[in-house]
Amino acid sequence: MALFSKQNKEVFTNPLNLDHPILGQVLGICSALAVTSQLKPAIVMGLAVTVITAFANVIISIIRNTIPNRIRIVVQLVVVAALVTIVSQILKAFAYDVSVQLSVYVGLIITNCILMGRLEAFAMQNKPWPSFLDGVGNGLGYAMILVIVGAVRELLGRGSLLGFQIIPDACYDFGYMNNGMMTMPAMALILVGCVIWVHRAYFYKEK
Amino acid sequence: MKLNTNSNSYIIIYSAILVVIVAFLLAFVYKALKPMQDRNVELDRKIQVLYSLNIRNLDGAEAEAKYKEVIEEESDFMGNELLIAEIDGETLMVYGMKGMGLWGGISGYMSVRLDPEKGGFSVYGAYFNHESETAGLGAEIKDSQEWQEKFIGKRIFDEDCKHVVLSVVKKVEDPECQVDCVTGATLTSNGVDEMIKKTFGLWTGEYDLDMDESELKYQFLKSVLTGSDISDAELKKMIKVKKVEKE
Repeated sequence: MALFSKQNKEVFTNPLNLDHPILGQVLGICSALAVTSQLKPAIVMGLAVTVITAFANVIISIIRNTIPNRIRIVVQLVVVAALVTIVSQILKAFAYDVSVQLSVYVGLIITNCILMGRLEAFAMQNKPWPSFLDGVGNGLGYAMILVIVGAVRELLGRGSLLGFQIIPDACYDFGYMNNGMMTMPAMALILVGCVIWVHRAYFYKEK
Repeated sequence: MKLNTNSNSYIIIYSAILVVIVAFLLAFVYKALKPMQDRNVELDRKIQVLYSLNIRNLDGAEAEAKYKEVIEEESDFMGNELLIAEIDGETLMVYGMKGMGLWGGISGYMSVRLDPEKGGFSVYGAYFNHESETAGLGAEIKDSQEWQEKFIGKRIFDEDCKHVVLSVVKKVEDPECQVDCVTGATLTSNGVDEMIKKTFGLWTGEYDLDMDESELKYQFLKSVLTGSDISDAELKKMIKVKKVEKE
């Protein structure tokens, strides 16, 4: 089987469009709301979820035939929890300020519905390589939304992107004000709603 | 041979092995990364201290070097952090503070300068941190430099050095010692207010300070200020070494 057969490509690209975890299946939006008030934590969170979904998928896929059916969810949780803890420790060691910003949400990746969903629905039935692609695809799909929402919220809420000021001081002199609403979680929900609306209206085709 | 993956003994052995593997893995990762994490936490503390001394936007090695340059002495007073700094020849004290916000712990550093005109001490700079206050509201105590700078120059004690007058209030009546609340975050602001009162209350005796501690404070300040041109009598007058009457 070729590494990038048509089938594998679909496994990778589907979650980016048709079966998008947030847009199509509306999974995992809880953390999407919490960590997107600025762009940087959103990017890191997206990457963390991508790495964890990919590797959790691979590990579960490798041991899928040995997992006792009755405790499969427990096994999945143990694997995910271990990976999440490792990622959180690495963040603390190498990106301390980001780990402070993400605080509890890194730990909460364990309960991210996308992860459990992919493990149960895909990795338990498929070989490691397609599982890896599926994990990366879903993670990137999730990261994409986080980045979009994070960018809009930081730009409108703080007038900056990645901490650099974008909106010039001149605008503030003319009376422009940052929208404090944007820094609150409620606006993330509304933005995610808008993104889903645009996606369904223009990009989504019913199968 | 096909294993029966649903037998009880298989499940028990399987989960036991899995847990042991994961435990070893996590222990290894934790041990390997611990020194780096400790360094980060320590650096973060130093950066916070520098923020409270109005030295902002330094990171990494720069902050490390600056901290070494400014901070003369690290000690603690009744369980609170107390650092002595020197900037442009002026001796400053940096107090570590800990308190409760609305949703979790808050902490901060406040640097204090000698200011005989304002009852002995006034605020040189402040920095606050929080664990889980609401972004855009309570979190402003950390995010808003503007708010932190409102503390600069405020008076800390009343004339007799008996009460802490520095406070965070809803309506500023005495601009010499009061700071406006963060809008929409009254409870977090109250937490900051209480934290300040508690920290400096240790010095005035409002929080169970007896003669010995007051004497200790005097001795300590005296040793810190050796070489400055403040006379012994002036210093004594400023901190009032005398038994505090409990109300």
